[in-house]
Amino acid sequence: MRPREEEIWGWLDAVPDPEIPVISVVDLGIVRGVAWAGDTLEVAVTPTYSGCPATSVISMDIETALRDRGVKDIRIKTQISPPWTTEWLSDKGRARLEEYGIAPPRAAGGPERCPHCQSTKVKRISQFGSTPCKAQWRCEDCLEPFDYFKCI
Amino acid sequence: MSVSSDQLFEFLCRMGDNTLVLGHRVSEWCGHAPVLEEDIALANTALDLIGQTQMWLGLAAEVEGKGRSADDLAMLRDVWDFRNVLLVEQPNGDFGQTLMRQFLFDAWHLAMLKALMQSSEPRIAEIAAKAIKEVQYHVERSADTVIGLGDGTSESHRRMQAALDLLYPYVGEMFVPDALDDLMAEAGIAPDLAALRGGYDAHVGQVMAEATLTLPEGGFAHKGGKSGFQHSEHLGHMLTQMQWMQRAYPGASW
Repeated sequence: MRPREEEIWGWLDAVPDPEIPVISVVDLGIVRGVAWAGDTLEVAVTPTYSGCPATSVISMDIETALRDRGVKDIRIKTQISPPWTTEWLSDKGRARLEEYGIAPPRAAGGPERCPHCQSTKVKRISQFGSTPCKAQWRCEDCLEPFDYFKCI
Repeated sequence: MSVSSDQLFEFLCRMGDNTLVLGHRVSEWCGHAPVLEEDIALANTALDLIGQTQMWLGLAAEVEGKGRSADDLAMLRDVWDFRNVLLVEQPNGDFGQTLMRQFLFDAWHLAMLKALMQSSEPRIAEIAAKAIKEVQYHVERSADTVIGLGDGTSESHRRMQAALDLLYPYVGEMFVPDALDDLMAEAGIAPDLAALRGGYDAHVGQVMAEATLTLPEGGFAHKGGKSGFQHSEHLGHMLTQMQWMQRAYPGASW
């Protein structure tokens, strides 16, 4: 019996992002579609950044999670269009990022506040960070550095 | 106007070899940059460029239809098959020279990708739309750094002027169309390269003015990279590093 697509989305929402494990691959907005083609389950995944090394790990994790649920025939398709945007991050994902200490993306191009002390006196250190999707910022009040999930 | 698969392959190799060769060059900085933040920024830029290479050369391999992969094209072709412009294969030099090369390329790359988003070939438009988001960050950083170092100390200013004098003669090749470029423009696949020059000159001129740097006079342009006719001696040396693993242990994977 083929599980319903809604149920599959629920399973995928339990697959953590390998770099930022507090959010799921669904929160991140990189799972673009789930559909049955006969007995094969097709999952469309879009990369965040084109060279992000987590992309292949994510595909593997998705496949493992689905196999654990008894899905045997799985095809992971990479889809680059439309290109991934941080607008696809879920509200749940944004809240979890901030709790974890990563300021969520904003259209204004910088974090609203420090994720540690909530001060709005924040300063950019570098537009690039520990993963392609993050920039480095610093709080001028609590003096802690923090990651900002940059807007693309 | 129809374009043969050979011609399209050639064009895609130009795009993919630019990002591959520059991506490898920039990756040479990994673990060597002057400060940690710059090391991370360089490694991230290299990673984006290699990711873009996978898309361009992946499509090139598909268009070619001979069963080769993006990896085969990157790791098993020799110097004369590479189609990158000469600018990107130039050695890193010091940190300032690396960022000058980056800015001169990024400013072209941004304009080119913007135009390619309108390509009549939808797969090219898709890759351009993906890549441009990353390149906007590249050019923002390389322009800031060129300004910071150019308008910095007398030592950093001197080095940035020397880098500009050295690299500027490689800019022309990106804008002088050859027969293949003309064909791509006629087919609506790629823009008329010469038409991108005005916007580029305005962008570069504004950044150099802020950086207190002077553009060299004269229009001399080194050529021969994108046609594959004559690469500089640096590319072969770079390939001995980049391709070493696949040459020594053919088919090695993990």
